[in-house]
Amino acid sequence: MSDAVSVLLGARVDGPVTVEDAGLCGMIVLRGDLSSPAFKAACTEILGAGVPEALGSTVAGDRAVLWMSTDEVLVLAPFAEASALTASLAEALEGTHHLVADVSDARAVLRLTGGALRETLARLTPADVAPASFPPGMVRRTRLAQSAAAIRMVSDNEAEVYCFRSVARYVMDILANAAQGRPLGLF
Amino acid sequence: MLILTCPCCGVAADETELAPGGEAHLKRFGPGSSEDAFEGYLFLRQNPRGVHFERWRHAYGCGKWFHAARSTTTMEVFGTYSAQVTEPPPEITAKIAAAGKPTA
Ligand SMILES: [Zn+2]
Repeated sequence: MSDAVSVLLGARVDGPVTVEDAGLCGMIVLRGDLSSPAFKAACTEILGAGVPEALGSTVAGDRAVLWMSTDEVLVLAPFAEASALTASLAEALEGTHHLVADVSDARAVLRLTGGALRETLARLTPADVAPASFPPGMVRRTRLAQSAAAIRMVSDNEAEVYCFRSVARYVMDILANAAQGRPLGLF
Repeated sequence: MLILTCPCCGVAADETELAPGGEAHLKRFGPGSSEDAFEGYLFLRQNPRGVHFERWRHAYGCGKWFHAARSTTTMEVFGTYSAQVTEPPPEITAKIAAAGKPTA
């Protein structure tokens, strides 16, 4: 079997805001009734992280659960654990209306670090990225220029961007370009 | 620029995050209906100058459909509401009435 590689092959552009390939990341789409006991139990018992509030996220060690929609979350885990986790989640939710899919190879993760990352994002997304509207821990699905993306504000100095693997190069380029912009002191 | 608050996820979504779904509250006429009724369902729209009820999808966000009431002339938004209703809820019609706008 061939070795898995992230689509951006470790690309990194340094600057006031550093944009880099976050590498291989396990990603599992989990859909169902987020308020049902079975769904909550699957999250807490298998992932160790509870079901997040709307537009939020929960973190437990190297795993995280990101709110995607009223009936969907995205599970983040180490790449090597994704397929086993997918099987465990499917087993736990058997008999309930649900969907579990390992999308680790279908998506890419980019990391932004630096105090001006909100300005970098604001140049590309219509989402309100001001600290009061987009605090650390929040997840926002939106667009970055022409591409769909989800953004998680990890802290005030770090954000992660999740996009389709096929547009990862494009998203990397527009983020790196936006990161070069003159500081505006907006946030 | 139009900003609609998605009632499903609560996000104040920019127009570029949304996909338009046309006129709201259409009654479907399918197989077995008269040709006139089917034509009306398929093609005939109100296209008003003023208050309009529309379907929108938060396509780049939570992915859900919802309804919006807005003015096609002033772009004033009277509110957004669930997709699972066949007519605008009282709080929306009250807002439109309060703005002194006829709904038909
Ligand atoms: Zn929404």
